[in-house]
Amino acid sequence: MRKIKRIATYTFLSVASIVSIFPFLWMFVSMTNKSVDVTQGRLLPGTFLFENLKALFDTVDMGTALLNSTIIAVITTFLTLLIGSLAGYGFEIYRTPGKDRVFNLLLLSMMIPFAAIMIPLYRLFGGLPFFGIDTLAAAILPTIITAFFIFFFRQNTKMFAKELVEAGRIDGLSELGIFFRIYLPTMKTSYAAAAIIAFMNSWNNYLWPLVILQSPDKQTIPLLISNLGAGYSPDYGLIMSAIVIATLPTAIVFFVMQKHFVAGMMGSVKG
Amino acid sequence: MKRTGLPYTASKKSLGRRLKNNYIGWLFILIAAAGISLFYFYPMIRALLLSFQSGMGANLQYVGLENYIRLFSDPTFITALTNTFIYLLVQVPIMIVLALFFSVLLNDATLKFKGFFRTAIFLPCVTSLVAYAVIFKYLFGVDGLINKFLMDLSIISEPLNWLSDPFLAKITIIAAITWRWTGYNMIFYLSALQNVDRSMYEAAKIDGASSFQQFFYITVPMLKPIILFTSIISTIGTLQLFDEVMNITNGGPGNATLSISMYIYNLSFEYSPDFGYAATVSYVIVILVVLLSLLQFKVAGDDK
Repeated sequence: MRKIKRIATYTFLSVASIVSIFPFLWMFVSMTNKSVDVTQGRLLPGTFLFENLKALFDTVDMGTALLNSTIIAVITTFLTLLIGSLAGYGFEIYRTPGKDRVFNLLLLSMMIPFAAIMIPLYRLFGGLPFFGIDTLAAAILPTIITAFFIFFFRQNTKMFAKELVEAGRIDGLSELGIFFRIYLPTMKTSYAAAAIIAFMNSWNNYLWPLVILQSPDKQTIPLLISNLGAGYSPDYGLIMSAIVIATLPTAIVFFVMQKHFVAGMMGSVKG
Repeated sequence: MKRTGLPYTASKKSLGRRLKNNYIGWLFILIAAAGISLFYFYPMIRALLLSFQSGMGANLQYVGLENYIRLFSDPTFITALTNTFIYLLVQVPIMIVLALFFSVLLNDATLKFKGFFRTAIFLPCVTSLVAYAVIFKYLFGVDGLINKFLMDLSIISEPLNWLSDPFLAKITIIAAITWRWTGYNMIFYLSALQNVDRSMYEAAKIDGASSFQQFFYITVPMLKPIILFTSIISTIGTLQLFDEVMNITNGGPGNATLSISMYIYNLSFEYSPDFGYAATVSYVIVILVVLLSLLQFKVAGDDK
């Protein structure tokens, strides 16, 4: 009976693992195959990798999409961390009266579905010059301030030794000086976890860029992939290459920093 | 600078410091609070105002409750709403039960290759929604690998029209979301399980409780808060479903897989744009998010 249970467990987990991994394997293999081979269900690596990559950068503007996505994700990650951690620190360190009420109010924004604010946001940016429709700035701006990261940093600040703040004041540091010179360096792990989540969110964001970015030279990678996938006679090898390139950065970041990532996710749920 | 109206009851000794703290505390919070007000709360109010207006593009007029009345006789809206509820009622329970089972199996200290299984099942979470949606579109195509595989196993004799059959297309969407998010939920349960006292299981074993009894009488009650948390975020996620539907089926066949979010997008940017009515439909999601979250809190009881 015990043995049967063991076998059942391993079988169940193995099947689940295969199902989980298979689409990844398939996209990596297909990246090296001709479109025809992909449709015929070839599951072995081919020799078409460089042709696919060349076609991807020659026939569609993968370079531009990569550049746009990178710019957006890097700036978004930087600003998200800065604003989120300033606020999380502010909520946790200072005894500001009424702060918990404000905090709860800000958290409520997590319940707001993006589709509900999409049109007013679009119209809001419609009237602006530098941050207007079809600018990378507009793609970035509404995504950098989220209640999730304020919550995340407030939770993480609970682990920060508050005596360090006092020590910093005695040493004559300004309040912002304490934040940048003492808090920021000691909270590196929290920042690393937040950076992964923020980068992944931004890199994979689809709906808002779809709404706000319109010209081809503003395309991000998800927009490019979506367009490629919608074609009538898709070049599967080329599309799979684009998908691999879209997935690699987040997959690598995840594997290199797996521990931080999981710790970060946990840290944000613990009460 | 004048600071009036701030209620505080500080001792005289620390009054000076607290005053300073009050002021600076707000400064740290200011950008975030201003940003959330501008990019979340202000658009919410604008959307509410918009929902009482109608017209093409920027030519809007106040029409009172007309948009809200229109909802009830709009077959596309009713289809989108029904679809979203089907996803919700079928997919969320399947995913949560699966994630629970995985986490319980993986929490077994004697299990080998734990790291591999855990990473493998979590792996789908690193893909972008668009990228995996396109992959699923090809996997479930008429000459896709799923059909080839099922035919090789002689489960089916001819290829199924996964994406152009209303029922099968819904199954495809559900399979896709389950693939993407089960591992994500599993991670939360795994971390919560680490806080469950192992001696409870030992005691239960001595009392002769079966694995299933242990699962239902120890694991599930202990994980209740985290199950509540994951079911709320999954519900909110499903109500906002967009990327997959857009990229796997484009809402079709007919409107068989259309989600509310996608309908809002179509109303705003695909059909002749009616921002007012789109805003009305979007408020339906807001109301559903609030109602379903409250309901789930109620069902889970008030203990935490």
